[in-house]
Amino acid sequence: MEAVLLIDFGSTYTKVTAVDLENKAIIGTSKAFTTIESDICEGLNNALDKLKSQHKDLSIKEMFACSSAAGGLRMVAIGLVPDLTAEAAKRAALSAGAKVMKVFSYELNESEAEEIENIRPDIILLTGGTDGGNKEVILHNAKILASLETKAPIIIAGNKSVQEKVADILSEKEITICENVMPELDVLNIESARLAIREVFLRRIVYAKGLSKVKDLIEGIIMPTPSAVLAAAKLLGEGTKKEKGIGDLIVVDVGGATTDIHSVAEGLPSKGGVLLKGLPEPFVKRTVEGDLGVRYSADALVCTCGIDELLNKAELSEDQINEYQQFIKANPGYITDSDEIFGKFDFGLASLAVKNATKRHVGTIETHYTPFGATYVQTGKDLTTVRNIIGTGGPIINCKRAKEVLKESLFDPLEPTVLKPMRGKIFIDSKYIFAAMGLLAVKYPDIALSIMKNEIKLILEVD
Amino acid sequence: MNNKKIVLGVIGADVHAVGNKILAYAFEKAGFKVINLGVMVSQEEYIKAAIETGADAILVSSLYGHGELDCRGLREKCKEAGIGDILLYVGGNLVVGKTPFEEVKQKFLDMGFNKVYPPGTLPDISIKDLKEDLGVND
Repeated sequence: MEAVLLIDFGSTYTKVTAVDLENKAIIGTSKAFTTIESDICEGLNNALDKLKSQHKDLSIKEMFACSSAAGGLRMVAIGLVPDLTAEAAKRAALSAGAKVMKVFSYELNESEAEEIENIRPDIILLTGGTDGGNKEVILHNAKILASLETKAPIIIAGNKSVQEKVADILSEKEITICENVMPELDVLNIESARLAIREVFLRRIVYAKGLSKVKDLIEGIIMPTPSAVLAAAKLLGEGTKKEKGIGDLIVVDVGGATTDIHSVAEGLPSKGGVLLKGLPEPFVKRTVEGDLGVRYSADALVCTCGIDELLNKAELSEDQINEYQQFIKANPGYITDSDEIFGKFDFGLASLAVKNATKRHVGTIETHYTPFGATYVQTGKDLTTVRNIIGTGGPIINCKRAKEVLKESLFDPLEPTVLKPMRGKIFIDSKYIFAAMGLLAVKYPDIALSIMKNEIKLILEVD
Repeated sequence: MNNKKIVLGVIGADVHAVGNKILAYAFEKAGFKVINLGVMVSQEEYIKAAIETGADAILVSSLYGHGELDCRGLREKCKEAGIGDILLYVGGNLVVGKTPFEEVKQKFLDMGFNKVYPPGTLPDISIKDLKEDLGVND
């Protein structure tokens, strides 16, 4: 049987998915421990052997891969005003599938310079000033970066008027110049920076992350895993030239370290007479919450949401929660079906992660009372009319109460200003194929769409 | 184009959009690069926009009578944000009631505005002033 193999080099597991192009179906999936220290091919071969033992006549025609191994694509974003170019830079990095370690604004000082050195980013995105706007700050920050020891490639996406000057200052570094992330005030232009990040990732980071050994095996694209998930979300929502997608959607991806939310929707006001404020929102938007993961960042999650909320959700005592919190810190890979209390604890964590991550992703509406009556101001995306929510990520797929967890992404009457979906269909990516389909979509979008529509299961409809 | 940039907007909870559009049009015609923030603009929005775009002046409109409350502290915030020397112009129905304009003007000058305009001022006047203040020659 001829198959296309899709590989996801994760930080813990290397997952492979084999697809039968002719029948537009998944042949099988398997996983093995990632072996990045020795030879990344080892883990890949182990996973492949497992798959081949179940499907004897498998012959692999093509391979595509994505990777989040060795910490993913670690980036630092630098801008001028926090709400403006710094935010635009952050969004550009997120949309390229990066893990944004920190965002800096205004003139960098010495301790921030040291912080950047310590973060050891894979790529630095330097922005600041609209075209023709502020020049001093980006020039200052370029000088600071030039004095650092880091060898990280620097992408310059700031005020075009000083692009060359900035490039001169950074001539000792590896630099890429692209379009300004904010050419005019409140105009977001992240595509050029996104492509530049991706290009640098392919050209350089792939080697640094020990992936070069597999590069010869893989004809196709190697991309950061989140970028594959984003591509899948976009495809499922929009469809292809031949086939329609399922329409506006939200993908909730709960993980051990972060919870990622992707939305594919315009997010314009759903009611009349609403004024829009803030940066324009990208049609395909990704947000990443580093303090809302359910394993490595479980402590941060409890800290952010408050222990009381977790007590309520999980219906456990404080002692039980403390105990399990300590336990998962030592055993982040632990999964069990037999321990009921652990199940409750895990359910509580996942629920809070979904609830808060979607809350931060969606926009808000505020009422202002003016001498002419009430006016409404919306910031961010209005997703109240989105009707498809898809859950993915181990903690959701393996959770027995996934329905309840995913319901947390819906509108909460107690928080009427938070513009979450009012109702809709809740799906689950039960075979964990989202990233794989994003990869497949690079060359075979129609097949990827058709497989996703078949494999992503409707689990609940909320009216 | 004269290479000068201005940030324009209607301050506070004021939603008078028509005058704002007229001003934006007039200043653009006069050669300025206009960064128009529209209506319901907070002090912070003016300042952030001015920093990011490296603007030369901030032009504040207010029609609904709460201008004094809305404008208070704008100069101080500009100073704090590192653009203390930026030109600040204000105009419109700045206060409620029948206070003589001279008093109103003095109040706003004391608040740190460089120019204060009464209701019904034509754009040409403020354009001429701005060109003078910024040293623009036609």
